[in-house]
Amino acid sequence: MSTIRDDGVEFVVNAAGRRVPTLVNGAPARPFTGIGQAAPEGTKHGPPIRSAADYPDDGDKRVPDLKTALGRCGLRDGMTISTHHHLRNGDRVALAVLQAAAELGARDLMWLPSASFPCHEPVVDLMEQGVVHHIEGSMNGPLGAYCSHGHMRGLGVLRSHGGRWQAIQDGEVHIDIAVIAAPTADPFGNADGSHGPSACGSLGFALADSMYADHVIVVTDNLVAFPCIPWQIQGNHVDCVVEVDSIGDPKKIVSGTTVLTRSPDRLLIAEYVARFVRDAGIMKDGFSFQAGAGGIALAFVGYIRQMMIDAGVKARFVRGGSSSYLVDLLNEGLTDYILDGQTFDLAGVQSIGEDPRHVATSPFTSYNYHGKGNFASMVDAVVLGATEVDVEFNANVVTHSDGMLLHGIGGWQNCLFSGCTILALPSFRDRIPVIVDEVTTLTGPGELVDVVVTERGIAVNPRRQDLLAALEGSDLPIRPIEEIKTEVERLVGGAPTRPSLGDEAVAVIKWVDGTVIDTVWRVPETSESA
Amino acid sequence: MAVARRGEAGRAGDDVRSDLHVVVEITDEGGLEIEVTSKIASLYGDSIEDTTRRTLSGLGLENARVQVDDKGAVPFVIAARVEAAALRAGAAGDGDARPERSVSRQPRTARNRLRRSRLYLPGDQPKLQLNAGLHRPDAVILDLEDSVHIDQKDAARLVVRNAIRTVGFGEAEIMVRINQLPLGLDDLVAIVPERPDLVLIPKTESAAQVVEVDTRIREILGVNAGAAPPIWIMPILETALGVENAFQIASASPAVVALTIGLEDYTADLGVPKTLEGAESLFARGRLVNAAKAAGVQAIDSVFGDVGNEDGLRAWAARSRGLGFEGMGCIHPRQIRPIHEAFAPSAEEIEKARRIVAAFEEAEARGLGVVSLGTRMVDPPVVLRAQRLVDLARRAGLIEEAGS
Repeated sequence: MSTIRDDGVEFVVNAAGRRVPTLVNGAPARPFTGIGQAAPEGTKHGPPIRSAADYPDDGDKRVPDLKTALGRCGLRDGMTISTHHHLRNGDRVALAVLQAAAELGARDLMWLPSASFPCHEPVVDLMEQGVVHHIEGSMNGPLGAYCSHGHMRGLGVLRSHGGRWQAIQDGEVHIDIAVIAAPTADPFGNADGSHGPSACGSLGFALADSMYADHVIVVTDNLVAFPCIPWQIQGNHVDCVVEVDSIGDPKKIVSGTTVLTRSPDRLLIAEYVARFVRDAGIMKDGFSFQAGAGGIALAFVGYIRQMMIDAGVKARFVRGGSSSYLVDLLNEGLTDYILDGQTFDLAGVQSIGEDPRHVATSPFTSYNYHGKGNFASMVDAVVLGATEVDVEFNANVVTHSDGMLLHGIGGWQNCLFSGCTILALPSFRDRIPVIVDEVTTLTGPGELVDVVVTERGIAVNPRRQDLLAALEGSDLPIRPIEEIKTEVERLVGGAPTRPSLGDEAVAVIKWVDGTVIDTVWRVPETSESA
Repeated sequence: MAVARRGEAGRAGDDVRSDLHVVVEITDEGGLEIEVTSKIASLYGDSIEDTTRRTLSGLGLENARVQVDDKGAVPFVIAARVEAAALRAGAAGDGDARPERSVSRQPRTARNRLRRSRLYLPGDQPKLQLNAGLHRPDAVILDLEDSVHIDQKDAARLVVRNAIRTVGFGEAEIMVRINQLPLGLDDLVAIVPERPDLVLIPKTESAAQVVEVDTRIREILGVNAGAAPPIWIMPILETALGVENAFQIASASPAVVALTIGLEDYTADLGVPKTLEGAESLFARGRLVNAAKAAGVQAIDSVFGDVGNEDGLRAWAARSRGLGFEGMGCIHPRQIRPIHEAFAPSAEEIEKARRIVAAFEEAEARGLGVVSLGTRMVDPPVVLRAQRLVDLARRAGLIEEAGS
């Protein structure tokens, strides 16, 4: 079944039952065909071949400023410029690059961030001015509102961290100029994130860009003489190096310390998750888990740590985003390794810089679906969040229940492939139930979601009879997901009205294999008050 | 006499969650004009307006301009705030604007029920009430007294009343701390028809105050007063005089099931600082325990005020149990588990008590007058204490029942 709209974009219903466009920003897009069903074809994308003859023999690729660098890289209208979110909300580079491009008169650029943050709000102005045409990457806050209300000229494209690597590697996205903010770099372009005044930990998100982009610019506020040791980015990929006063605000790059939640409900959820992991038999010698930096995930690490000590159990590896809580596990001998995707606090940055057992990973090693396997599926249990989950365990992580873009996908989709995927969620937020009949935006298929843990009880996906059997005799509150849903609806006065969204697509959600799993529809601007 | 025409209630501001602010202006004509602002208007706008309208209609109010600034409040809170604003605007209070009961009030109480932990919930902060039962306290206390500003007593009463009707507090006993008399008697009018399990009377100093509350409760219940179970009473001793009269207070009514103590006020009355070790209140607490046991009711300790100090809490609770208390108050859900653990008998204690009980039962069966365990004779009071401990352990779920 397909429908063709006035603007000629064809929509089809994909294998998940969602209506998706077959053309995204002018390029054909394949609809989702089911997990593991879309076989890739062809060879990987390659950047143009370069010659050392065109680069200085002394290895000094420094240029005076960003504008010069963009000029050297042949900036033209309509190009794709990529940046990375290692500096999180402290980033000063992405905006500076786009503004420099604006000053050079560039228009209709596509911005490909690995994630955007509130500090990137001025990109709205650049879109208004026509400098930036559209964004492919996470959008939230004002950028999310701009896209959700249909103001962006192109379709937003949201990809997971692994999906971004896949898209770049497969040539779905062609990066003209990659700009890498580097806490430490040398004039040749070797760069690293674990040292320097703006240290942020791993630079893994920039690796694909460094390898596949036509041009690569490294921007640093901590230039060291060759060689920059260690290097995570190889200077052999780099065209120019720009020295600036500051690449970011250290206070916003990493938090001084990650703070544990004090919400009793969230602590209860975290404790249920830890007990579940223990009682289901997942917590055993040599096991592995991944938990991010959210309040519940951090508290979970605290609880599982104590349970590991009590049971005399040790993990082989844990996966970050790392924080002091994971670093404690490493230092206490409760895990052999931290395999770290990004680093959230000073303890994490210090550890990755000093401890060889704390290893930087990349979306290639951890998440890329178009590779010969990846780490995510080797993790025994992962603790994730979501904005909504339906009674079939399908989950939404990108939009609010009113349809507004709220979060990027991050590594979320990739992590669904772990041995036991646990969504840890409060059962309602500001009256809005988290368990719904149908998710507003499908981000992850229910086949891959094994457990939903709320403060009202734990729902195990009926597909995982093995987990249910393992939990026999446990005193955990295991309940059918429908029962939790009904209880919440009684408390909040019924299920919410479904918001009336426009028939205008504003963004698409890519699955890990590059297919389109769902569409984000325009939200009318009047929806913030009735 | 000027008639108030405008009233407001609830909370406003960017940091408000799960609550709302309401302005009601009573008009002479034009029907009900309701304006709703809410971040979740696209999801619950109609529901918010509907709850507002039903509440005002319940009060018999036909003409009013109403502004609702909602921050994700659930219906019982919306109803309470709208009602408070309308009453403050001068609406006649003779209608019934109560939300429909959505939880059954199965009695979850008994005279000697386990009362190890009772979680204080400020009456005017509905956000904290929604999930309180999930943390499994033995009881929740919906507080109308110290945690509620004097200007918000009317509003808190409505929140608490509606919460009892619509929030399931799990297996917890539902207690309400009323205000000091005589204001507390007005609280009873709003609260008693909802049948809380127990009413706490603050600053009790005489048996007469207990009788006054008990009588008022029965008057309000009217013909239903005889329906079991009764609404229990827990007097709080917070002054030197109250402590002196502990036994009379505990014996004032068969509805009294426990005595408890408020140490902030008590130490203030003595004019001494409250310490972590509590030596200054040792006499009062010992006196309370003795009076309670003499009157056949439970002795319940005060709260431990430093939520972050779990070790301090555990130490306090262990001493408290040693003094003869059977439970204490909690000001945060994090305190519930340490308190349950502290007031639970240890595995060794349970084992020893079970051996004694078994020896007693064996002696009974054999018709022996003397109970002995190994080579030692066991005195009757030791048997009694062992039976009580086994009973407590069983009710706390510390003994696995054969066949269950």
